[in-house]
Amino acid sequence: MGVTKEVVEATLKSKMNPTYLEVVDTSGGCGASFVVEIVSEQFEGKRLLERHRMVNTALAEEMKEIHALSIKKALTPAQWDQQKESNATVSAT
Amino acid sequence: SLRCFSALTPGLKTTIDKVVTADKVVLFMKGTKDFPQCGFSNTVVSILRSLNVPFETHNILENELLRQALKEYSNWPTFPQLYIDGEFFGGCDITVESYKSGELQEVLEKAMCS
Repeated sequence: MGVTKEVVEATLKSKMNPTYLEVVDTSGGCGASFVVEIVSEQFEGKRLLERHRMVNTALAEEMKEIHALSIKKALTPAQWDQQKESNATVSAT
Repeated sequence: SLRCFSALTPGLKTTIDKVVTADKVVLFMKGTKDFPQCGFSNTVVSILRSLNVPFETHNILENELLRQALKEYSNWPTFPQLYIDGEFFGGCDITVESYKSGELQEVLEKAMCS
């Protein structure tokens, strides 16, 4: 049994304590491949490289079997709210 | 800490040190800049091309030992891996995100002038 979306979700939930998490399986059957969007307090004060490293470290075990991991969003809750707001403004105009 | 096996021997580390400082912008990727063999690598090549910076690419598919050693060297599990001014900058997602925010252009400008 390889790595599933559920396993990735469970690991990130327990290690990153996210306020928002979305894991999308993009493998299409050819091997484990995921896109991740994650919002966590733990990213506060961290640069993008550090944030991605934190996610990679949390998934260190799973990464051995994951072929591709795309971290599309790694935001703090404040940035997440801000982004939602600006998106709302864009779609409203 | 004790390790049973490490691909990053002192010799390889010295070699990688030299390779990442030989050019201002170095990309370790799947394939070459003229023939990328993975969408993620292709994305980073396209971004660097659009910014009009000179860069060197190295094909990690041709050297399994280098591939494993680089993962330890950068403490980064996947490819492509972009180095600017001898320092690890990030993978595909970080490159795309910082290209959009303008941070990549800033870092590259600084590197080109140093």
